[in-house]
Amino acid sequence: MLLTIWFLLWGILWSVYFLLDGFDLGLGILLPGLGRTEEDRRLIYRVTEPHWDGNEVWLIAAGGVTFAAFPTAYAALFSGLYTPLMLILFALIFRGVTFAFRDQSEDPRWRRLWDTCLFWGSLLPALLFGVAFANLFRGLPYDAEGHFQGTLLTLLNPYGLAGGLLFVLLFCLHGALWLAVKTDGEMHRRAAATARSLWPWLLVLAVIFLLASRRVTRLWDNYFTYPLLLLLPLATVGALVLTCLWMRREAWWRAWFASAGTIAGVTLFGVVGLYPHLIPSSLDPAYSLTVYNAASSPFTLKIMLGVALTFVPLVIAYQTWAHLLFREKVSAAAPEKKLY
Amino acid sequence: MDVVMLSRLQFAVATFFHFLFVPLTLGLSLLIALMETRYVRTGNEEYRRQARFWGKIFLVNFALGVVTGITLEFQFGTNWSRYSKYVGDIFGSLLAIEATTSFFLESTFVAVWALTWDRLSPRLHCLSIWLVAAASNLSAIWILTANAWMQHPVGYVIRNGRAELENFWAIVTQPFGWQIIFHTLTGAYILSGFFVMGVSAYHLLREQHVSFFTKSFRLGLIFALIFSVAEVVQGHLHGAAVARLQPAKLAAMEALWETQAGAPQTLFLIPDEKNERNLVEIGRIPGLLSLLAFHDRQAVVRGLKDFPPEERPPVLLTFLAFRVMVGLGFLFVLLTGLGWLLRDRLLVNPLYLRVMLYAIPLPYLALQAGWIVTEVGRQPWIVYGLMKTKDAVSPIAASQVGVTLVAFLLVYGLLGVLAFYLMAKFAKAGPEPAPAQAGGGE
Ligand code: HDD
Ligand code: HEM
Ligand code: HEM
Repeated sequence: MLLTIWFLLWGILWSVYFLLDGFDLGLGILLPGLGRTEEDRRLIYRVTEPHWDGNEVWLIAAGGVTFAAFPTAYAALFSGLYTPLMLILFALIFRGVTFAFRDQSEDPRWRRLWDTCLFWGSLLPALLFGVAFANLFRGLPYDAEGHFQGTLLTLLNPYGLAGGLLFVLLFCLHGALWLAVKTDGEMHRRAAATARSLWPWLLVLAVIFLLASRRVTRLWDNYFTYPLLLLLPLATVGALVLTCLWMRREAWWRAWFASAGTIAGVTLFGVVGLYPHLIPSSLDPAYSLTVYNAASSPFTLKIMLGVALTFVPLVIAYQTWAHLLFREKVSAAAPEKKLY
Repeated sequence: MDVVMLSRLQFAVATFFHFLFVPLTLGLSLLIALMETRYVRTGNEEYRRQARFWGKIFLVNFALGVVTGITLEFQFGTNWSRYSKYVGDIFGSLLAIEATTSFFLESTFVAVWALTWDRLSPRLHCLSIWLVAAASNLSAIWILTANAWMQHPVGYVIRNGRAELENFWAIVTQPFGWQIIFHTLTGAYILSGFFVMGVSAYHLLREQHVSFFTKSFRLGLIFALIFSVAEVVQGHLHGAAVARLQPAKLAAMEALWETQAGAPQTLFLIPDEKNERNLVEIGRIPGLLSLLAFHDRQAVVRGLKDFPPEERPPVLLTFLAFRVMVGLGFLFVLLTGLGWLLRDRLLVNPLYLRVMLYAIPLPYLALQAGWIVTEVGRQPWIVYGLMKTKDAVSPIAASQVGVTLVAFLLVYGLLGVLAFYLMAKFAKAGPEPAPAQAGGGE
């Protein structure tokens, strides 16, 4: 029971990370396309600035919970995926300092340099997290010792790449919707048009991904064993469709929430399909890491559950408050007053 | 070089770099909170300008603390996976608790603070910087508790081939951990005090913004004075705790080879690790080491030869780092004491101001030296007495670590230079002009 709760919490934390950081990673990727003038680009920075760090901490929490609740899986996964994780790390470093450094000089070359950093610093994590999670769903070559036997190329199979592309598209749509919510006028129109044009591609890719999952992974097994669970992929597709409907009706907030639901749904679809596995081994199912052989002691899990149930609601409360504080739309006409 | 050595180097680069920015975050957030509180209390615009001036520097520093912190969190899994597997039950939970209790708070409210000067009421705005200060100091407490557990593991049992949690309370209350916490936080406050004094001295030497920077200087001075004195006293108790819990580290800190009763303190010496002796020894004070370490002139202090060679830490580095830290510790008391005497006559003492300007790097040096003592002195153990560093490393190729190590050096070097350049730029630019009619008193 405790193990199942933690498994679910683990999946939920990762999906919250993706649905939150997803919009600012997506906007980072869209920056060169949507930000034609310096004024445009400032708007894009202004809608992400108050939130990106608070969003990124969900990654630290998700990583920390992997470490605390399933240390064996944390050890195997992080050392096995050494190269992609380091790439993500460096990308996030550059993305983070961009927010601090970019506006320190008026020089257009300086700003363009950091805009480039933001683009790559957003694209790489989006892509690589997608690749990593798709490969996790598929199974990774772990031996009996829990040592990774593959290389970076192992990860770059068609299914993994489809996962990466899916994440990039999901995040771009999510980011475009955020921008549409937060701006008026020309920027809003451009963001809305981008979101609308991304949607059909996403639909195609999502369907391909779900079908491919049937062939190359065993994710669907759980769903066919417990058909009630099929509600989850159904809801995910539903959320994707709702995104489109609400976009049509110009209900941008709702469309953003529906897209958040899609991201969470895709992640949770995989996670629930994995259960009870954390890392299925592609070499031999017997080598797989599961909630039974990779978890912390029950005592630790209980303490951590207490901590999570106390503090996560608090975090949600004050992060929501911060979102309400920054709820007004930004516009070039209303100048910003930031401290640096 | 092998994976162990490369991973050690990489970890050292990553932590040193993180800790280049962390201490100022810990102390300056408190100082800014104090300034803003004064503004809320008195309504004097000058305090608000103080908070904003130091706040700009703070934000650049903070950003670097954040991005370098993620590295550390990842590295336990990427580079020390055997370690993570062995102690994750305990160590992983402390890290996760740190993130949930502190990092969220810190990151959310630092954005609120930086972006809402015109929007929140002064009280609420001030509260947000207090929350940032509280959260960063709380995060330090959690991470140092985790580090202290590696120095002196308590509250665990070995079960299922790993260390499992048995007594959480014992881990968070262990006295040695609180020594480390007080010592490190105090060091961070000294650094922040010196930073504020040094930057203020720069402007006072040019006789610009005199009222503004005299006030800042005094605030930094009081802060640094209190904590410099506290650090020496507490550092001594800290050393005594090390003597009890990690005798090999103490022996390396003092370069003491022979086990002896009434061990002397030697003022100047040069250790010679290869021949297990000291080359030069000048100024032996008999019994002083025994007295300092065990509060008894006749106490027996174990020497390095008491430990098998493979269980001794690197002596020269540990010894030198300890001397540097302690030497600087006494120097800080001297400098801040002098400052206290001169506090009303700062402008007519340009020499003192100049010394304080150039003293900015010294606490940085002391803090890093302190970590060398703690971490290098703990070798060859990663978890004292439980797990050796060489058994902790990930099963990855040396080439992988080699590449990332070079990348870290390049990227960190570049970002570090940029960050300090920006901080210096803000510091030199001075505060924003006082609003026209407000009583700025400049
Ligand atoms: C004495 C204090 C102290 C020490 C020893 C460490 N840190 Fe740290 N850390 C902080 C004090 C701090 C801080 C002051 O709280 C920071 C700096 C900027 C910030 O946001 O928090 C921080 C940031 C920070 C972040 C980024 C948080 C964010 O995105 O907001 C991470 C992931 C870590 N740290 C992790 C670590 C790990 C794994 C350490 C162990 C080796 C470590 N820190 C040592
Ligand atoms: C709780 C957190 C920490 C953990 C888990 C940790 C663990 C480690 C590990 C695995 C190593 C490599 C093994 C080795 O020493 O060779 C190391 C080395 C080192 N750590 Fe820590 N450490 C922690 C905190 C810190 C902090 C906060 C600092 C301060 C900046 C620090 C400074 C160092 C230094 C300087 C080394 C190099 C020592 C050497 O190479 O011999 N450590 N630590
Ligand atoms: C004269 C005074 C001082 C004494 C006697 C002293 C003593 C010690 C001792 C014995 C340790 C090793 C503890 C361990 O291995 O666990 C240590 C570590 C350390 N020292 Fe000092 N120290 C002094 C001054 C300072 C100053 C002035 C600073 C910084 C401004 C500083 C910063 C540190 C840090 C960051 C550590 C590592 C963290 C820790 O273990 O607490 N120390 N000190």
